[in-house]
Amino acid sequence: MIIIGKILLVISGLFYALGGLGLLRMPDVYNRAQAGTKATTLGTFSALVGACFFFPAWTPKLLLILVFVAITNPVGSSTLLRSAYRNGVKPEKATVDALKEFYEKEV
Amino acid sequence: MINIIYFILVSIGILFSGYRLIKGPNHFDRVVSLDVINVMIIGVLVVIAIIAKNEMLIDVAIAYGILGFLETIVFAKFLEVRS
Amino acid sequence: MKKIISLSLVMFIIWVLMAGFNVQEVIVGAAVSIILSVILSNYVQMSFKWNIIIKLLMFILMYIPILIIELIKANLDVAKRVLNPNLPINPGIVKVPTKVKSDLGKLTLANSITLTPGTISIDADVENVYIHWIDVKGETAEEHQKHISSSFEGVLGRIFND
Repeated sequence: MIIIGKILLVISGLFYALGGLGLLRMPDVYNRAQAGTKATTLGTFSALVGACFFFPAWTPKLLLILVFVAITNPVGSSTLLRSAYRNGVKPEKATVDALKEFYEKEV
Repeated sequence: MINIIYFILVSIGILFSGYRLIKGPNHFDRVVSLDVINVMIIGVLVVIAIIAKNEMLIDVAIAYGILGFLETIVFAKFLEVRS
Repeated sequence: MKKIISLSLVMFIIWVLMAGFNVQEVIVGAAVSIILSVILSNYVQMSFKWNIIIKLLMFILMYIPILIIELIKANLDVAKRVLNPNLPINPGIVKVPTKVKSDLGKLTLANSITLTPGTISIDADVENVYIHWIDVKGETAEEHQKHISSSFEGVLGRIFND
């Protein structure tokens, strides 16, 4: 069982490194938030599940953290991007922009 | 051995995010990378709890997660109002 | 009365998950959650129906497996794009119509769109969700919907629309 936990921990570290690399390489704030949010969510999930394999008695608390991260991480990045769009940060190289019409209509 | 590999990979991730935190062209890049680092630290706290065999660090991870989420929301609202 | 009971039940379950099954902890948690839910019951809108158990079971059995598969696919997609030296992206913001009406259902839909390959939800109004897509395919809103959210719409509509 501990072998599975160790493999999950290494996978978690790998996804964290990928998230940092995505944050470094992507061209604008929207693409950066995509890479960062997805990679860290799966990385944290696999670290928590790996910890369940190491110490099965900790499972309820780890499950609580997992549900909490799954709810709050997308909500946080979504709120940030909405406020970025309202402040006029334009998406670079965008081919379609449906949100522009929506805000013009609202104002 | 596994610990060393894990911490090297995580420090690569935090290093790149920290570069974006310092260099980022505008404030939203900085807050996005702060959010990413916060979520990474939750995982690192869980791994440190495994190494130290100490259940109390899991509670620290829960409190850290709640504070990090609040921080992101407050920064987003602050930057939206200010302009 | 119903609202107070359901609110204190939710608080008590979260407390037990965090504190463990000790006799003293359980007594203190029950007392504090009942007092708090009496105080807070005017500010919370929570309705408790008996079919919520069936809905929760449906949610766990039908929805979570789809979400986990999509999350793993999304991360492999991100890895493929980030590690490619050319950075193959074609971003854009698209509008996707949705049939899910309730607030909780829309929150779940937006969260699962964020966790699926290449998309992140930015804003929502009554019947549309606005999505930043890293690799835009297709022209009309129906094609976008078929690519992005068709795998969630059916399950979520069945769970949240009564």
